[in-house]
Amino acid sequence: MALSEKDVQYVAKLSRLEVTDQEVAKYTQQLANILGYVEQLSKLDTSKVEPMAHVLDMKNVFRPDQPAPSLTQKEVLSNGPEIQSGHFKVPKIM
Amino acid sequence: MELYEKTIHEVAGELKAKKISSVELTKQVMDHLEKVEPHVQSFITITRDQALAQAAEADKRLAAGKDVTALTGIPLAIKDLLCTKGVRTTCASRMLETFVPPYNATVVEKLYAAGAVAVGKTNMDEFAMGSSTETSFYKKTKNPWNLNCVPGGSSGGSASSVSADQAFASLGSDTGGSIRQPAALCGIVGLKPTYGRVSRYGLIAFASSLDQIGPMTKDVEDCAIMMNAISGHDPKDSTSANVPSPDHLTDLKKGVKGLRIGIPKEFFPDAMNEEVSVAVKDAIAKLSGLGAELVEISLPTAPYGLAAYYVLAPSEASSNLARYDGVRYGLRVPGENIVEMYSKTRAAGFGPEVKRRIMLGTYALSSGYYDAYYLKAQKVRRLIKEDYDKAFEKVDIIATPTAPNPAFRFGEKTDDPLTMYLEDIFTISINIAGVPALSLPCGLAGGLPVGLQLIGKPFDEATLLKAAWAYEQSTEWHKRKPSLRKD
Repeated sequence: MALSEKDVQYVAKLSRLEVTDQEVAKYTQQLANILGYVEQLSKLDTSKVEPMAHVLDMKNVFRPDQPAPSLTQKEVLSNGPEIQSGHFKVPKIM
Repeated sequence: MELYEKTIHEVAGELKAKKISSVELTKQVMDHLEKVEPHVQSFITITRDQALAQAAEADKRLAAGKDVTALTGIPLAIKDLLCTKGVRTTCASRMLETFVPPYNATVVEKLYAAGAVAVGKTNMDEFAMGSSTETSFYKKTKNPWNLNCVPGGSSGGSASSVSADQAFASLGSDTGGSIRQPAALCGIVGLKPTYGRVSRYGLIAFASSLDQIGPMTKDVEDCAIMMNAISGHDPKDSTSANVPSPDHLTDLKKGVKGLRIGIPKEFFPDAMNEEVSVAVKDAIAKLSGLGAELVEISLPTAPYGLAAYYVLAPSEASSNLARYDGVRYGLRVPGENIVEMYSKTRAAGFGPEVKRRIMLGTYALSSGYYDAYYLKAQKVRRLIKEDYDKAFEKVDIIATPTAPNPAFRFGEKTDDPLTMYLEDIFTISINIAGVPALSLPCGLAGGLPVGLQLIGKPFDEATLLKAAWAYEQSTEWHKRKPSLRKD
């Protein structure tokens, strides 16, 4: 699976990363090297192996649905780059 | 010997006996910290005022003899990816240059509750992505053993600060070796606990199924003290394991007689640094001399851990780092519309290594490549975990080198990302299997520290610490201090 500059441009767009042409050239070569190394995984027969997302034998961790103190609105907004009337403000979406 | 050169268990006795106050101790540590900081550059943020205020509070506890713990009044350093209320937390990224968390990470709460004193936030690779601390946006931390060399990474500042006596211990985090490798390169003790042993609440996430917080200390007993303070179930972290946490000091000094130590042949390749290989083999022989039984074992899929990691970790990172969008916290670069704002913000806020991994992960998860990369790596993950499970039917712990080389020079491995990744070849499969592992000093190679890695069964950090303590007591490596000189 050879990685092309077009692939890198597409992935950068999906990742919401603005990249220059020089960066695309550099990343294409570097990512191709890393993916080339990763290819060795195909040497292992995994046809009868279940995928493992994490090592702990647990799922669906529930807790009682009880209200507890949380951060104030002021604290939640304290790191926002642009705040207006108690909201995070963003540029136009449509 | 200066007070700041001592260990936690040594100085805690002096605090309790009221030979010195925490304020006096903290002043001495801060003065030394600031004196050597221009050479070592361990810290992104130094919190002298907060430290002195916490020390004054600790002195009240010590005077009253109430709620005094092994950490009361002890100055510690914290990796700059653990949220500290009111103290800037940057993750060594431009993205979070102005981020001041409104809450504390659970581990930070636990240290404060124990009465510890926080001297500052340590430098690291950006978002913990790296093995040399060179990807930090802010500064290059130096190895106290040779200032021309890197301290390892990603917890490089946490390692150098303890090595240079700027703090009695520190907290690091380890996703593929980020506690153990810098501990090895800086000549200190570092423990990555079992996945789920320590709460990750308030740890800025890199790869959530691999990340774990752990202690970095001057000796093994201090490591046990820190583990006692930070371990345990936390309802705020759904992946925190609900299992009892033992007192890690109880069996610490009981020796290794009859302990079965596995030696995996895959961890001693021919291409390894000769002095590192000799130091580690000598250490294993010493453990045998102390009464441990050595067993040759094989972990055939462990060498594939690095390849699996460079699919799994970037995939999780690409998802975790999607939150840095210039809306709720961190940097914002203006744009005509929201997508342009996102793209410009992320282009300016992240450094090259972080961008590389986000793109790699996005690629591995993208339509058409998911099965070939991500699913395949998850299957290999199970094989690696099963290898460790099988090995632990025959042995109690496993001994290997921590890193294939001692500390390297700045810029030596930054041109080709893959050569940097290969530094983690011996540590990475442990995160994939979720088991605990510890690095401790076991010799010198070219005058630079070498680490012995001990790997344990899930939730059996106590046995690792017991074996490490027995080895440590039979050597002088942990007593050596770095010169803080260039070569």
